[in-house]
Amino acid sequence: MELQLILLFMILGAVIAVEIEDLLSSVIAVGAVGLGLSLAFLILKAPDLAITQLVVEILCLIILIRATIKKDLPLVKDGRWLFNTLSTLLFIAFFLIFAYFALRELPRFGYPLMRVAKGYISSGPEKTGAANIVAAIILDFRAYDTLGEATVLFTAVMGVLAVMRKIGRIKDEK
Amino acid sequence: MSEYLLCLFLFCIGLYCVLRKRNIIKIIIGLGIIEYAVNLFFVLVGYRIHGRAPILAKEQKILNMVDPLPQALVLTAIVIGLAVTALIVAIAIRIYEKYGTFDITKIRRLRG
Repeated sequence: MELQLILLFMILGAVIAVEIEDLLSSVIAVGAVGLGLSLAFLILKAPDLAITQLVVEILCLIILIRATIKKDLPLVKDGRWLFNTLSTLLFIAFFLIFAYFALRELPRFGYPLMRVAKGYISSGPEKTGAANIVAAIILDFRAYDTLGEATVLFTAVMGVLAVMRKIGRIKDEK
Repeated sequence: MSEYLLCLFLFCIGLYCVLRKRNIIKIIIGLGIIEYAVNLFFVLVGYRIHGRAPILAKEQKILNMVDPLPQALVLTAIVIGLAVTALIVAIAIRIYEKYGTFDITKIRRLRG
């Protein structure tokens, strides 16, 4: 029941974030959605995820506020309102048809299959010595995933530095 | 079942935002909402009724543990989502410096 309430709160925040005109308010609303997601992870018995989501959400908010603050934001007017809305709704309906078939195949909520995780849970403490099974998975059983994650993070930092750098652009701007 | 449907609805809101809005910051926000919905969906699939968190104390066996594998995957996905958001925002800031607008229909001119 608490989970549904949190999810409704997130949906409300998302609708506000999408529909409000002011960009800074929109960013704050999406921050509320992210913090609600952190609470939802806590209810779903995933404390590691709740902590990570909290930290990442705050960093994300700082980055997004940096992008929106102190800009005179011209109001974006939508042209061809009917055509755009209709094509968007058509696409979403197309997506929902596939989602219907996928939802029928899912296991019931609260009864996971856990075909792979059974081995991790039974042999995790002996093989890795970690009390936290999630840490055992990301750092031991699937350590290559974490290596790839570090690579992606490094690439993203390089990309941000390359895009934001000012040196060498001065000649072009003049 | 209602949890899955609410999660799907959240995804649809993000999809609508990405497809319909013309402001770059709104599109980034829509991508963020989609990311939240997908992460939440993975954790929902691994949830067990009256389950316990996958953390063991010493000499303890937990039989009704929630699925730890989706949690490990989502932990990776959250951090990568932050990196992707940072990169998109950096590109959006550069676009704003170059064109002076966030409107995607006005960013058509190619400048060498």
